[in-house]
Amino acid sequence: MKWFFIVLLLFKGLSASGKVFHVGAQHPYKTIKSALAVSNGGDTVYIHKGLYKEGNIIVQKAITIIGIDRPILDGDKKYEVLSIKSSYVTIKGLRVQHSGYASLDDPGGIKVYEATKVTIIDNELFDNFFGIYIQFSTNCLIKNNSIIAFGKEEQTIGNGVHCWKSDSLQIIGNNINGCRDGVYFEFVNNSVIWRNIVTDNIRYGLHFMNSNNDSYFTNIFSRNGAGVAVMFSKKITMMNNTFNENWGDAAYGLLFKEISDCHLSGNHFNKNTAAIFMDGSNRTIVENNVFSNNGWGLKIQANCMDNIIQKNNFIKNTFDVSTNGTLLLNIFSQNYWDKYSGYDLNKDKIGDVPYRPLSLYSVIVESNPTAMILFRSFFVSLLDQSEKKIPSLTPENFIDNKPLMSALRL
Amino acid sequence: MGRIFKYVMLDILKNKFVIAYMVMMSLVAWSAFTLEDNSAKGMLTLLNLILLTVPLVSVLFSAIYIYNSSEFIELLVSHPIKRSKIWLSLYWGLCGSLATAFIIGAGIPLLLFAEFTISLLMLVVGILITVIFVSLALLSTIIYRDKAKGIGLTILIWIYFALLFDGILLFLMFQFADYPIEKPMVLMTALSPLDLSRILLLLQLDSTAIMGYTGAIFRNFFGNTVGMSISFTLLILWSTIPFLVSLKKFKKKDL
Amino acid sequence: MITVENIKKKFGKLVVLNGIDLTLKKGECIALIGPNGCGKTTLMKIILGMVMADSGSILVNNESITKSELYKQHIGYMPQIGRYPQNMTIGQIIDMVKGIRNEKKPLDEELYKAYELDKLLDKKMSTLSGGTMQKVSAVLSFLFNPSILILDEPTAGLDPIAAEILKQKIIKEKGNGKLIIITSHLLSELDDMVSEIIFMQEGNIIFHQAVSALKESTQTAKISSAILQILKNK
Repeated sequence: MKWFFIVLLLFKGLSASGKVFHVGAQHPYKTIKSALAVSNGGDTVYIHKGLYKEGNIIVQKAITIIGIDRPILDGDKKYEVLSIKSSYVTIKGLRVQHSGYASLDDPGGIKVYEATKVTIIDNELFDNFFGIYIQFSTNCLIKNNSIIAFGKEEQTIGNGVHCWKSDSLQIIGNNINGCRDGVYFEFVNNSVIWRNIVTDNIRYGLHFMNSNNDSYFTNIFSRNGAGVAVMFSKKITMMNNTFNENWGDAAYGLLFKEISDCHLSGNHFNKNTAAIFMDGSNRTIVENNVFSNNGWGLKIQANCMDNIIQKNNFIKNTFDVSTNGTLLLNIFSQNYWDKYSGYDLNKDKIGDVPYRPLSLYSVIVESNPTAMILFRSFFVSLLDQSEKKIPSLTPENFIDNKPLMSALRL
Repeated sequence: MGRIFKYVMLDILKNKFVIAYMVMMSLVAWSAFTLEDNSAKGMLTLLNLILLTVPLVSVLFSAIYIYNSSEFIELLVSHPIKRSKIWLSLYWGLCGSLATAFIIGAGIPLLLFAEFTISLLMLVVGILITVIFVSLALLSTIIYRDKAKGIGLTILIWIYFALLFDGILLFLMFQFADYPIEKPMVLMTALSPLDLSRILLLLQLDSTAIMGYTGAIFRNFFGNTVGMSISFTLLILWSTIPFLVSLKKFKKKDL
Repeated sequence: MITVENIKKKFGKLVVLNGIDLTLKKGECIALIGPNGCGKTTLMKIILGMVMADSGSILVNNESITKSELYKQHIGYMPQIGRYPQNMTIGQIIDMVKGIRNEKKPLDEELYKAYELDKLLDKKMSTLSGGTMQKVSAVLSFLFNPSILILDEPTAGLDPIAAEILKQKIIKEKGNGKLIIITSHLLSELDDMVSEIIFMQEGNIIFHQAVSALKESTQTAKISSAILQILKNK
């Protein structure tokens, strides 16, 4: 709805007072800068196919810039390519590449400075330091862009979409690949991240720092250092996302650090080293998620409180859950555990015997990581079997009193 | 010597127990690969087979075979042939036939269903474990003249390597939990051929990521050619040293 | 042919052989007798290189047996109980031993033919009776025409006909100038075959005499009664 409103506004602007400028080798304006210089707010600049190396292009008026046949704006690895310093700017259909790589002023392919209602749509951002950089801005729409970078290590590459001290952003349908963080939010509130495909980023697919009341849905996070990291944030809603193959020594599907009142529902976690790592997370609801083929389903640290983990499927994980403490202040209820071997006499589809999802070995490994040396040894399987029969070392209250007999259809 | 080896090997291959071993392994391997929906699970089943069944069968069968062959060995000794050749022929005969059983039982499904390099590595490790435990069995039969004691010893050897050793490792880990023990632990695994093999194979099965820092140390050590060659050298030492000790003693043994 | 000098052997604390001296010559057929545990089997095993003596030396054809195992090509050995790998066939056993011996000399197939083993070549050892297995052992010991034969209870387990065939063979080979050493409990069987008797007890040789001399001194016609008499007189 918000989106629609913006488009409507833009249309209004165009039809009211729009002059049109064409940039290209066969067109009146040979350079983008010359066209921008003569245009005014509400005008449209069409950039035709070609390679434009004009250093730093600054947009200071409410102009619509549209690329025709994908013109290339090249920063020569020295300049920030497009700097948007006005509200109501639309950037569409460009290929922006090779921004400067200085790390001091964080040059981006497209950078938005203190603006509102900027629309960046259908662009290709190729091999930039930061892809799209938004600061002190509100109500911006970043949609259907493809952001590709070739980062080798965290220090030498920026984020795909970097948002700082902003509000009410919409990040929709982008492909982000090979950056440091796919999407980075710091002090960004009331924003939505929807239907993005975020793969192969060095650090996190999506990273929240001190951002509240945001939500992300239906995104795919694959093969990132960690899929999503939510840190020092509140009230983040996470739904229907897929976390795949975030696989490595310290890789997580989803990392919670010092968060509270979040809601995680309907997500799929498949083949992650640890699907969710919860550290200092409070009052968060984890429900209707599928955890399959992960090293750990849920690593829940002892500093987590009042979280509710319910109605999830835990299937084919090496360890379904693990914790480093002896006391558990969270509730596990009505989950399906494929390792559960109880029975259901009254046919209410809830197992009659409570299930203890914490294996002894996972407790051992948590307190002494070197014990991982014994992974898949006969000794360990015997240990786990005996602990299952006679629980003695695993925390007493780490228990699902209503384990489901069959997997939920999720 | 060639003929003794040949006929011993043929004799063992026709043994009902060895045929049962081969059939069992083949059943488990085929069902592991065809019933499980991904081959990774099948690989883990085979890993357990290699780490538990193969050593148990190798060590137990070899010891029983040697004890049952005591009169046959006497007969051979009465002929003009070096004792070392007799012992070597028995060793090779046992290794050859049990390894053949393993290759036919587990190797065919492995090569059919799993990635070639990994299955090849698994086969090599399985064969090495077979040879190692044959070698340990020969040593046991030399240590104890009494069949019951000797077979008891082989079972103990198996329990030790399959189970107790890991228990000891775990105990040490907790005793020295305050020290950086990852590297010493990596070295400790060299003391058990089964642990060495398990880690070598797990590295290939891509399970190391969940092994965290320890896994990283392993990967750094075993992941490269030097580490691989060191671990294979260690396995080969495991397969030859007990045999060489038994050979030295067999040359002087009163039959 | 065989010279045994001061052979001593202990198993743990148990003294099995207590300084044995013997000289055994061509053409002799010697019965090595004595009660169970007297050391006769150990002595034979030492000669065959199956047991290592603690001290002393044994020369076979003037060569020490500890130097090389090649002296065994002159020896044919028939064990008391021949047990062979279960799934080997008679043919394979014979072929294997031929391979070990690897001798160019013509084979002595007299027993092989007499026992008609050629019909049983494909039989597995596990299917054979004890008697047939003994026949295999006997055939193997004579097959390579060795100049020394060491036979441990050769006729035990053989049926009377097979035993008789074996006895005749032994007598024949004695006539061919071979040294034959037999251990047996069945003293009655030895009468027609042996030329000398060695009686052992508790690791010592009690006496070593020619059968003729023995019979003469005891005034008996049979070896068994001669020995009984000697034992009584002690």
